[in-house]
Amino acid sequence: MTLVTSILMTSGAVAGVGLACGIALAMAAKYLAVKEDPRIGDVTELLPGANCGGCGYAGCADYAKAVVIDDVSINLCAPGAQSVIDDLAKYLGKASEQAEKTVAKVMCGGNSDQAPRKFLYNGVADCGAAHAVGGGDKSCRYGCLGYGSCSRICPVSAIEITDTNIAVVHPALCIGCGACVRTCPRALIKMIPASRSIHVMCSSKDKGPVVKKACKVGCIGCTVCTKLADGAINMEGPLAIVDYSKDLDNEAVVEKCPGKCIVKE
Amino acid sequence: MSQTVIEYLLLILGAVLVNNFVLTRFLGICPFLGVSKKISTALGMCGAVIFVMTLASAVTWPVYYYVLHQDGVFGKDLTYLITIVFILVIASFVQLVDIAMKKFSPKLHGALGIFLPLITTNCAVLGVSVLNIQLKYGFLKSTVFGFAASLGFSVALLIFTGLREKIDRANPPRAFQGVAIALVTAGLLSLAFMGFASLVK
Repeated sequence: MTLVTSILMTSGAVAGVGLACGIALAMAAKYLAVKEDPRIGDVTELLPGANCGGCGYAGCADYAKAVVIDDVSINLCAPGAQSVIDDLAKYLGKASEQAEKTVAKVMCGGNSDQAPRKFLYNGVADCGAAHAVGGGDKSCRYGCLGYGSCSRICPVSAIEITDTNIAVVHPALCIGCGACVRTCPRALIKMIPASRSIHVMCSSKDKGPVVKKACKVGCIGCTVCTKLADGAINMEGPLAIVDYSKDLDNEAVVEKCPGKCIVKE
Repeated sequence: MSQTVIEYLLLILGAVLVNNFVLTRFLGICPFLGVSKKISTALGMCGAVIFVMTLASAVTWPVYYYVLHQDGVFGKDLTYLITIVFILVIASFVQLVDIAMKKFSPKLHGALGIFLPLITTNCAVLGVSVLNIQLKYGFLKSTVFGFAASLGFSVALLIFTGLREKIDRANPPRAFQGVAIALVTAGLLSLAFMGFASLVK
């Protein structure tokens, strides 16, 4: 085989294989093409692109698809706030829906001064792991463990673990994606309207004496606040819970709470 | 059991444990380190790798014996083109599968879609195709070997991901955090797999 024929042979073989592949791909692209709604791309562009998953979908593109195809509500995007809802409403020709900014709140005030450790936990620094060891090292079995699982998952670093081992959400930074709510093994974090300032900072479902033993700022279930709050605070078993759908303007509840677990911020 | 069945079982066992693609042959290290942070993404990657490697083995074998080989359509020995032609064929084939999958199985596409282009021209995929030729396997044996090799990759990736998830929570010293401790872990895992060395001859 001379040099020229071998060069020709080589190029011919590679070109031939390439051509065959190219034709196959071109045919596939033509006959197997899937029509995608062009609005999905546009809606994705309008969304903030944080991919936080706060809407309950896998990411902004997935939510866009749900909005366009399944006609899902357009007010699920917490980071986008009102401006994105307006944009989406304008683009899709829907009525703009109102959304109040919601922020995460850790419903526990028992820091390490108030609710001491039961034992020395020396395992991996993760709330789920700590919770699994003997029900957690905190004296209260419902309180914040302070190992920062929520803080690590927060996409905008809005959650601080204080020096006294408790998680605190900074509402100004919180984008309301809800990632921390899904992470907390003790389900302490709740999404609440950002405008509200009076909270029951306790999630203990234990009875009064048990709570009192475990924590200095726990809800003992005395029901004093429910009488003052005019329906905006209700008892769920031995625990007082603020009903954020009702107005709560009587600040006396903060003063009168014998457990000192109701705070105004 | 018949001789062939035993032979194939040993082939699979050998590819998964003894000559594990990642830990013994050191192929496919990029996805091994790149997508081993979370089990859920690692699982998606495993699915894509098993899919691509098995099919790539099945596709490259005929290309070698009917196009590049002495007895192929060109009638000349073109086997020195193996690397470039295999890359070309595998890349286009995966693209083709991607298009077909989008049409016929959008669910599967949703699960594997983003991983398919990532794995297309990975060295593990090319490695298994070339090894099939070097070891002179037949068509069926090549395909089974491709599947077994990808299974071995998946086993290694899942073990490694599980380890990394735990290690990340265990607060390693600052200098070791992230990739450093991951590489140490990978090395130890590779040593552990050497224990299988004489399992299958």
